[in-house]
Amino acid sequence: MTTIMISHLFLQNYWWIIVSLLASLLVFLMFVQGGQSLIFTLPRNDMQKTMIINTIGRKWDLTFTTLVTFGGAFFASFPLFYATSFGGAYWVWIAILFSFILQAVAYEFRSKPGNVFGQGTFDVFLFLNGALGPLLIGIAVATFFTGSQFSLDDMNRVKWASSWYGLEAVLDIRNVALGMAVLFLSRVNGLLYIINTIDDDSLKTRSFQKLMINSVLFLVPFLFFVVSILLSSGFAADPVTGTISLEKYKYLNNLVQMPLVLVIFLAGVAGVLYGIGLALLRKSTRGVWFTSIGTVLAVFAVFMLAGFNGTSFYPSAYDLQSSLTIRNASSSEFTLRTMMYVSFLVPFVFGYIAYAWKSINNKNITSDEMNSGEHKY
Amino acid sequence: MIENVDLSLLNWSRAQFALTAIYHWLFVPLTLGLSFLVAIMETIYVRTGNEEWKRITRFWMTLFGVNFAIGVATGIILEFEFGTNWSNYSWFVGDIFGAPLAIEGIVAFFLESTFIAVMFFGWNKVSRKFHLVSTWLVAIGSNLSALWILVANGWMQNPVGMVFNPETARNEMVNFWAVIFNQVSVDKFLHTLSSSYLLGSMFVLSISSWFLIRKREGFMARRSILVASVFGLLASLMTAYTGDESARIISKVQPVKFAAMEALAEGKTNAGLVAFGVLKDSDRKLGEKPLKDFLFKIEIPSLLSVMTAGNKEAFVPGISDFVDGNKEQSIMSFAEKKERGQVARRALIDYKSAVKNGNIALSDSVKGLFSDKAFQDNYFRYFGYASIDKPEDIIPDVSGTFYSFHLMVILGFLFIFLFGFAVYLLFKGTIADNKWFLWICLLSLPLPYIASELGWIVAELGRQPWIIQDLMPVSTAVTDIGSGTVMATFFMFAALFTTLLISEISIMVKQIKKGPKH
Repeated sequence: MTTIMISHLFLQNYWWIIVSLLASLLVFLMFVQGGQSLIFTLPRNDMQKTMIINTIGRKWDLTFTTLVTFGGAFFASFPLFYATSFGGAYWVWIAILFSFILQAVAYEFRSKPGNVFGQGTFDVFLFLNGALGPLLIGIAVATFFTGSQFSLDDMNRVKWASSWYGLEAVLDIRNVALGMAVLFLSRVNGLLYIINTIDDDSLKTRSFQKLMINSVLFLVPFLFFVVSILLSSGFAADPVTGTISLEKYKYLNNLVQMPLVLVIFLAGVAGVLYGIGLALLRKSTRGVWFTSIGTVLAVFAVFMLAGFNGTSFYPSAYDLQSSLTIRNASSSEFTLRTMMYVSFLVPFVFGYIAYAWKSINNKNITSDEMNSGEHKY
Repeated sequence: MIENVDLSLLNWSRAQFALTAIYHWLFVPLTLGLSFLVAIMETIYVRTGNEEWKRITRFWMTLFGVNFAIGVATGIILEFEFGTNWSNYSWFVGDIFGAPLAIEGIVAFFLESTFIAVMFFGWNKVSRKFHLVSTWLVAIGSNLSALWILVANGWMQNPVGMVFNPETARNEMVNFWAVIFNQVSVDKFLHTLSSSYLLGSMFVLSISSWFLIRKREGFMARRSILVASVFGLLASLMTAYTGDESARIISKVQPVKFAAMEALAEGKTNAGLVAFGVLKDSDRKLGEKPLKDFLFKIEIPSLLSVMTAGNKEAFVPGISDFVDGNKEQSIMSFAEKKERGQVARRALIDYKSAVKNGNIALSDSVKGLFSDKAFQDNYFRYFGYASIDKPEDIIPDVSGTFYSFHLMVILGFLFIFLFGFAVYLLFKGTIADNKWFLWICLLSLPLPYIASELGWIVAELGRQPWIIQDLMPVSTAVTDIGSGTVMATFFMFAALFTTLLISEISIMVKQIKKGPKH
């Protein structure tokens, strides 16, 4: 294996790209959560609610698996992040996980007789996961730019400086802004997915109506987050010594110095806007195709901005020199290389997911199917 | 490494992990076992075209789905708990331990989650063949996911294929295949899978027996019993075989755990195998801890010596041998291991201060030490002992380990008998007439669950105080977040999981009473 000349540096970058890709796919797939957060306000009747839950529900475990794989891949490639963030920002991650536990049972249990707590309870579980999941994940990712309160000792053991163990992140308005942006982006994607996959005219009309306000509620905090991050100081890592310092306009500089990332970011934002516009102006059902690709591109660019070009991707505002970079937080060269070979399976995985997805989605959801007595949530 | 461990934090963290693991393991074996049984049933349907088999398949598939969901729900916590509650561990060995978790996601979980949607929603959407392939892929995917997590667990019990890097203060993988084909992992995988097939088979056998007792669904029940008892008999034989192998491996790589499993206080030659016994505190103490003695026991003479080393005269070491040492048998004492562990730890501290002082020559030479085979084998191997204060702290809970192990083994033999007898009655064609046996099958439903959990209790309780055998005790692995925080999440999870379990059991019972759709 050692005969292949691939440097540790290359592998660290490669894995940052893979982790970023998983994160961006996850954010798109949270259309499932976005849809869940709409189940009490979007449908007019029980049948519409059943159809919504069944169309997004058929994808819930894909989102769930992407989250789990994202966690596993992050652990394998940047274990110091795993140890530091999960061990330190304890309450944020526990709250996220807790909401996903609720989700995993809710679909299968909600309409089954004898579920003890009633369908309403499990629908509340779905709503809680739908609202809290994206919000908290957005807040957690925002700390990649705004910093956290931790220090590491010379054996790399984490000490969290805030007794709120991660919840202190909500005190920074920028973190909350990204949380809101991710939540409402998930709802936009959820609405567009529902429009695309359910054959029900009145539900479609209502979804189009809801799209406008959700788009605005996504765009405002999103733009606020982007502008405030681009104008604030960022955490720069010296490429030779690894010393961390605050650099003015660090993320703006990153964009300028990495024009490809700038292009990806703009293309992503344009894709999301185009998809929304297509739905709002032309009542097209195909908006989700553009917002999905747009979401993936934009989130991917955000992660590139956080980790590349000598930037600390998990900075400590409390103790600058404890900040994590893709250089100091990564696995060894051997592990990253071994894992790279495993990652070659990913296109194959995408292939069969696409094939299975297509074969299940080839017919839209209708009320007839819901009444047919076939397996449903 | 943390000199003053907050015991309450450590205990709550362990309790939380135990709670989530035990809950998770209530559901996973059925997923592993039932997925194959359902796949076999659907195969029969596709090959015969008999619609009855489709009904049978779909009935068990519904139960599979209910169980699967809650298994997934409890599983996500476990993965992230390594980070949230054992963050020092996550760093210390993340370079090796993270890889199997990532591979599990990429290779297994996607397979499972993608095709489970086809399995449940694809009946009228995809071809029969594609549906059948999907069902098999779900079974293979879930079994593959077990492989990777067991590789990770096996590595904790028997750490191989890595070198410690003082620069990063962690272990780094140098041999991927050694990690994968670790003998502990391989055996653990086979033992876990076969026992899960056993559990799945017992599930089908018990519920089918209930239908026969009630004189309902006779055709489905008899057909299901046929598949389950044959599969179950093979699985229970395989479980016994791999279990025996497992004990043998433990006696070599985790001899203290083995001594606890057998409650062997003092080592001896001609050691007998205790089939069952009742323990009491012995008069002899190691530090604060009294050793264990038998109040009474049923013993097969010399068998333990024969099983572990192949001959009657072989010496089987007891717990006191590992504390006091035994020169005759060249077993190192705790004190000596601790001394060696301290040498390794001092080297690490020397390295850190050499780096701080810019003494490159010294830091390079110390770093070289850690990749030196002799240093690894004679000193670094005992690294974790440096963090343990009292000699008796290396002794696990003997009673817990002993009783769990023996009860599991007794149940294991019972299962062989049960499945064997079911097969016998089936071929005689009288199974429906032997109500007493059907009742036994029905009432035996909880037993494989108990046996399976006991197996994990032996594995995990028996290896205390180590999170990584001899390298890291749990006390230095735990995240330093205050016991109050962990206590709060412990009760959160306990309440939630219990709530979900109640709901799950109630749904299962309802679905079973409803029976298959006509």
